[in-house]
Amino acid sequence: MTDALSTPSAAKPAVNLTRQFERIALLLVWVVIIGLFSAAMPSAFFNWGNFSIMFASYAPAALLALAIIIPLTAGDYDLSVGATLTLSASTIGVLNVWHQMPIGLVLCIVLAMGVLVGLFHALFIIYFRVPSLVVTLGSTSLMSGAVQWMTNSSTIGGIDNNLIMAAVGYRLFCIPYAFYYALAAALIMWYIFDYTPLGRKLLFVGRGREVARLNGIAVNRVRVGALVMSGVLASAAGILYAGVLGSADPYSGLNFLLPAFAAAFLGATTIQPGRFNPWGTLVAVYFLATGITGLSMLGIPLWVTNVFNGGALILAITISQITRGREASDLG
Amino acid sequence: MTALSDHALPDPTNHPGAPQALPVLSVSNISKTFGGAKALQNVSFKVMPGEVHGLLGKNGSGKSTLVKILAGFHAPDEGGTLEFNGERVSLPLKPGDYRRLGMAFVHQNLGLIPSLTVMENLRLVPLTAAKSAYINWSAEERATRQALARFGLDIDPSERVDRLTPVQRALLAIVRAFEEIEASRAVTGRPGLVLLDEPTPFLPAAGVAQLFDMVRSITRSGSSVIFISHDIDEVMEITDSITVLRDGVMAGELKRADATHETIVKMIVGRSLTKAERPAGPAISRPVYARISGLAGKMLQPSDIDVGKGEILGLTGLIGSGYAEVPYLVFGAHPARSGTIAIEGGNAFDQKTLSPKAAIDMGFALLPGDRQGASGVDSLPIVDNMFLPDVSRFFRGGFLRNGAMVREAKSLGTTFEVRPNDPGLKLSALSGGNAQKVLIARWMNRSPSLLLLDEPTQGVDVGTRQQIFAALRAAAAKGMSVICASSEAEQLAEICDRVLVFSKGSICTEISGDAVTKDGISEACYATAAPLSTPSQSSRVAS
Repeated sequence: MTDALSTPSAAKPAVNLTRQFERIALLLVWVVIIGLFSAAMPSAFFNWGNFSIMFASYAPAALLALAIIIPLTAGDYDLSVGATLTLSASTIGVLNVWHQMPIGLVLCIVLAMGVLVGLFHALFIIYFRVPSLVVTLGSTSLMSGAVQWMTNSSTIGGIDNNLIMAAVGYRLFCIPYAFYYALAAALIMWYIFDYTPLGRKLLFVGRGREVARLNGIAVNRVRVGALVMSGVLASAAGILYAGVLGSADPYSGLNFLLPAFAAAFLGATTIQPGRFNPWGTLVAVYFLATGITGLSMLGIPLWVTNVFNGGALILAITISQITRGREASDLG
Repeated sequence: MTALSDHALPDPTNHPGAPQALPVLSVSNISKTFGGAKALQNVSFKVMPGEVHGLLGKNGSGKSTLVKILAGFHAPDEGGTLEFNGERVSLPLKPGDYRRLGMAFVHQNLGLIPSLTVMENLRLVPLTAAKSAYINWSAEERATRQALARFGLDIDPSERVDRLTPVQRALLAIVRAFEEIEASRAVTGRPGLVLLDEPTPFLPAAGVAQLFDMVRSITRSGSSVIFISHDIDEVMEITDSITVLRDGVMAGELKRADATHETIVKMIVGRSLTKAERPAGPAISRPVYARISGLAGKMLQPSDIDVGKGEILGLTGLIGSGYAEVPYLVFGAHPARSGTIAIEGGNAFDQKTLSPKAAIDMGFALLPGDRQGASGVDSLPIVDNMFLPDVSRFFRGGFLRNGAMVREAKSLGTTFEVRPNDPGLKLSALSGGNAQKVLIARWMNRSPSLLLLDEPTQGVDVGTRQQIFAALRAAAAKGMSVICASSEAEQLAEICDRVLVFSKGSICTEISGDAVTKDGISEACYATAAPLSTPSQSSRVAS
């Protein structure tokens, strides 16, 4: 350790340059693939309409990825966000369409449900000390079952037009509002993560639970809060999903789970490398979205989507690990 | 127990035509230099078949280095030799060589896997090294039962190891070591050697007796045992011959029959015990800052500790004597069994319900010995580590003032001479000593009224140690009280006004004033149990 200390002043500028490059590497790759697809399909791909649709339709996925980085930062996994999204969207369908409840009330109920989901997880993870992976895997199955029961496994169309308008009807710079909700969520999370004491506490609880406890941080309260917030954000993602689709689909929400985790870990290699961070997560979501949109427009079969998601994740994290000289990963 | 007569004759069938048995292990002129420091110098001793050989010495006397050389972990310097059963082996040993030579180690942490069963732990080597394509579980279970029955142990082979008592776990580890040397004995036909590295400090008296019975069974079979311990009474009870190391050299070799408690202590510490009364000394009388009463933890028996305002109080003792728990119990970091703490003659708080948060609010600060696990987070920046307990101070106008944090961290870093002083670096970028300075700066910056330390200079270089001591003295001079638990007598002597020495969970000696010297503290650690009580009377913690 001491001999590593004698050199830092000399080595510093070079190290910082690498780090600066690392911060924007994913953004650069994103620009490159946009360039490649645009060259291949100048009119179809490279137009604002295409991008605005992409930005809006991946907004629920972005919100979901933002949801999981909160407990991930605090050291807990929430695998249930996909199921929470589905539960939330389906509840909107059932209450708003079948029971004719006003949409405002329904949204309140759905968000409260997100709080309950988070508290349910917290009860088992923190009070009974069951590993978060197990609890949220189990609750995924629980919620999926509940969704099938209450929707009779059918898609519910005809959701209140106000919600649809609020999601994809109104536009700013030609991009539907849905995207700006995700942007606002990222902005708020950025503020909390980087500019409040709570953000520091979250980070220390995730990286060193005993250190946090011995420094007077209410570790359990922070973890409960993180799980509740991911439940609420996942519910909000469900609202957005129902708004974007105009209907409640009892199945497709689960397909969001793996891409959301991919985006969370991919996002942790960029903007603030080594940390789960909201801007990185947002970049990662739309980087993956661009790849998938471009590939499908080229007529490449659907299975390539999954290969792209997984391949990009493993490749990006491996490259980031190599540039860091295989130092122990900061994550997980 | 008649330990002496038990071991006398090795099984003659194993030594055809050998009237004068060869030593199982013969160590000659083994030295080891780390950098410029000589950890071991020309150490030589022999372990005869069927013998229990005691290895004694203070922390840093070279015992661990010797064990690591035998385990093939360190390469010794040129010039020394090792012989097993009369055969010279080429040095350095490779890791794992010891198995082939018929040695087995039982370290203090025992090396068992808690979540696996007794059988899986016991048969770990045969199970994983087996050449056959499948595992015959009923045969494995038979082998396990046999191994346990040989020592009269009534343990269910399918029980998980974490459900066993601490004594059963220790015994199981020894059974496994014995099985290992028996396996190699079946191949070579030569007696083996089990090395027990401080197996007893955390065991109750009855458990120690059981462990000793097992050691005697091993020696009866003709194999030998090396027994490493701090406890002189135990060493006197179980061993046949004793080697004492001091500062890396042989301080003496004894037959058990010739050894007295006093001669052993003299060899360990380096000079004879002064039985004279402690001089009252020019101990400055201070107003009491904290009065801790009846504090008890896992090993610690209800103890009363007073610390004066501006006093640096040292706590020490042998491993397992309970002193190391005190800082954590006082801070509420580990649950206390009982105890109260009263500050400056005020109301007494219950230590059982004190939380770290409440302790911090009362002006306490704790610097744990486990720097990476409990004190700081290596993967996060220095600045965040520094201001972890009071990050809210920098939250003004709705924003955390990162710039102000970095500026203050930088100036704190200058005060505490952190190098390199770049608060944006991760804590892991610093050497152990500099990381410790950051963590001390964290607490000192809050001007705590009571600073609790556990091994504050572990893994810290000499220069940094002086800087840390200077900072502690300066703060104490301004009225901060310090409780410092440490196993290093020399360092306690350097900074402490007063030292409490613990033995078997209780305070046994108080040293203050001029008597606070390195030798005075070391002696007290070993002298404690000696003239007052025999092992059978000593009050070990019953689990």
